[in-house]
Amino acid sequence: MSQKISISAITIILIGIVVVAVLQADEFTEKDQQRWQNEYMSVVAKGRELWVSPDLGSNGVACAQCHPNAANTHPETYPKFQQQLGRVIALRDMINWCLMNPSEGEPLALDSREMVAIEAYVTYERRGVSLEPGKH
Amino acid sequence: MKNQKRRDFLKTAGLLTAASCLPLNLVELAFADDSKNFTFAYISDAHIQQIKGNKFVRNWDRGLSRAVAETNLLNPKPDFVVFGGDLAQLGKKAELDHGADILAKLDYKTYQVMGEHDYYLDLGEYWSEIFGKQYYSFNHKGVHFIVLNSILTFDEWTFNRWGTAEQRMNEMAGLDNPNGSPFMVGEKQRQWLKKDLEKVSKKTPVVVFSHSPIQKIYKGWNFWTDDAEEVQRLLKPFDDVTVVYGHVHQIQYNQIGNISFNAVMATAWPWPYPKSYSQNKAYVPKLTVPMNRANPFHERDATGWQLIDINSGRVDLRYSLTNNSNRTVAYNPLTGQPEDKDFQEKTKQVPPQEHY
Ligand code: HEC
Ligand SMILES: [Fe+2]
Ligand SMILES: [Fe+2]
Repeated sequence: MSQKISISAITIILIGIVVVAVLQADEFTEKDQQRWQNEYMSVVAKGRELWVSPDLGSNGVACAQCHPNAANTHPETYPKFQQQLGRVIALRDMINWCLMNPSEGEPLALDSREMVAIEAYVTYERRGVSLEPGKH
Repeated sequence: MKNQKRRDFLKTAGLLTAASCLPLNLVELAFADDSKNFTFAYISDAHIQQIKGNKFVRNWDRGLSRAVAETNLLNPKPDFVVFGGDLAQLGKKAELDHGADILAKLDYKTYQVMGEHDYYLDLGEYWSEIFGKQYYSFNHKGVHFIVLNSILTFDEWTFNRWGTAEQRMNEMAGLDNPNGSPFMVGEKQRQWLKKDLEKVSKKTPVVVFSHSPIQKIYKGWNFWTDDAEEVQRLLKPFDDVTVVYGHVHQIQYNQIGNISFNAVMATAWPWPYPKSYSQNKAYVPKLTVPMNRANPFHERDATGWQLIDINSGRVDLRYSLTNNSNRTVAYNPLTGQPEDKDFQEKTKQVPPQEHY
C-alpha cells in the first residue's frame, strides 16, 4: 500500500517535472532571443576589435590590413585541405597560421575566447553565403 | 691589377645571378626603334611600418627593397621611376625616412605621388620636406605627365573631427573603417589642373598619376575618388589619356570614354577584390581580368611592381609579379581599351583568377 502510494507519487512528480521542463524549453520569448543575439553581437564586436588590433601579433600588422571586412578568409570553405600543410584543417588553424606568419605572433589556444571571437567576426562578415566545405 | 679584374668579375657574376632570377620578360624587352617610345618603372604601396625604434616590419621592407633591386637591373634602362604613394603605413617621419632611404638606392630619377598613409599624420608636411610638391606636371618625350594628390577629403573631417593627429591617421589608415572619408582631388587642385592643361595641345598624350583611382569603384574601401567625374571632364578633350593609380593593391583596368585606367600592384601586400566582400554589391570594372588569388604561404605572392611602355602615347603595363606569372595589360588600338595580352578572353582565364 505504502509502496503503491509512493510509486504514484513519484509518477506524479516525474510527470510534473516533464511537463514543467517541456514548458520551459519551449518558452523563450522575443526578449530572450534579443538578449542572445546581443550576447552574440558583443562577441562579434570583440572579434572585430581583435581583427583591427595592432597588438594581436608582435609586429603591429593587423589582420584587417590584408583582410578588409574579413574578405578573403572564406570561412564557409572550412574544414578544407590546405596544400602547404598537406592535410585538412579547421578555420582556427588558418587563423593561427596567419597570426604566426604575417603578424609574427603567438598562436591562440584553439578554445580561447579570443579565437571564438575572431571566428564569430569572420563568419558574421560572411553571413548568408552557403557552405562549401572543402572548396579551394 | 689582377685583384681589380677579379673584383670586376665578381661584380658581374653577382649581377648575372640576380638577373637570372628575374622574370624573363623584364630582361627581354623588345623595343620598337621608334624614338617616341620609352619606358618607365612604377613602384607603389610599400607601407613601410615602424615596430619601434629602428625596427620595421620585415615583410614590407623586403617587398620594396626587392622592387628597387629588380628595377635597377632593368636593361635597357627605364627613363625614370614613379613611386605611387603609401610609402609609409602611419605617416611617421621614421617610416618616410626609412622608405626614402630604400628608394634612394634607385639608379633613376624618381617621381613621387602622395598616398593617404603618407599624409594624414601631419597633412603631408614631412613628405613635402623630403619629396617636394604634392601636385605638379612635367613633359617627357612628347608626353604630358600630371601628378595629383587625390587623397584629400572634406575639411571638416580633416581639421575638426579628431582629437589628435595620430587618431586622424589611424582612422584613415583602416581601409574598411566606417569612420574614414572619401578621397578627392578638390576644387583648388582642379583649378590648377584646368590651367595646366590649357597649355597642352589636344593631340599631346596625357598620363595622370594619382594614388586613388580617378573613378568610382567601391566607396566602402575608398577604391574611389569623390570628384572623379569633374577630373575626368577636364581630361575629356584630349585624344589619348591614361590614368595610372595605386592604392588598390591589385590588377584593375578600365576604359571610360577617352580615358584608360590602369592600377598597379603593391610591393607590400595584395587586397581582395571588392566583390569578395559578400555583404556588398560592389562594382569592379568589367574589363578587368583579376590577378591570381594570393597564396599566403608565399610572402611575396600577388605583390610586385611594373614596367610601363609608352607606345605612341598609350600605355603597355607589364606587371612583374614575384611569385606569379607576369601579366601584361596593354592598350589595344583596335578595340580602344586596355586588355590583358594573355587572359582577356573568358576561355583563357584560369581558376586562380576567380575571386569569391
Ligand atoms: C600580409 C597579408 C595578410 C595578413 C596580415 C593576414 N593575412 Fe590571412 N591571408 C592572406 C592571404 C593573401 C590569404 C589567402 C587568401 C585567399 O585564399 O584568397 C590569407 C588567408 C587567410 C585565411 C584562409 C582563407 C581561405 O580562403 O582559406 C584565414 C582564415 C586568414 N587568412 C586569417 C587571417 C587572420 C586571423 C589574420 C590576422 C592574425 C590574417 N589572416 C592576417 C594574407 C594576410
Ligand atoms: Fe596602399
Ligand atoms: Fe592608399
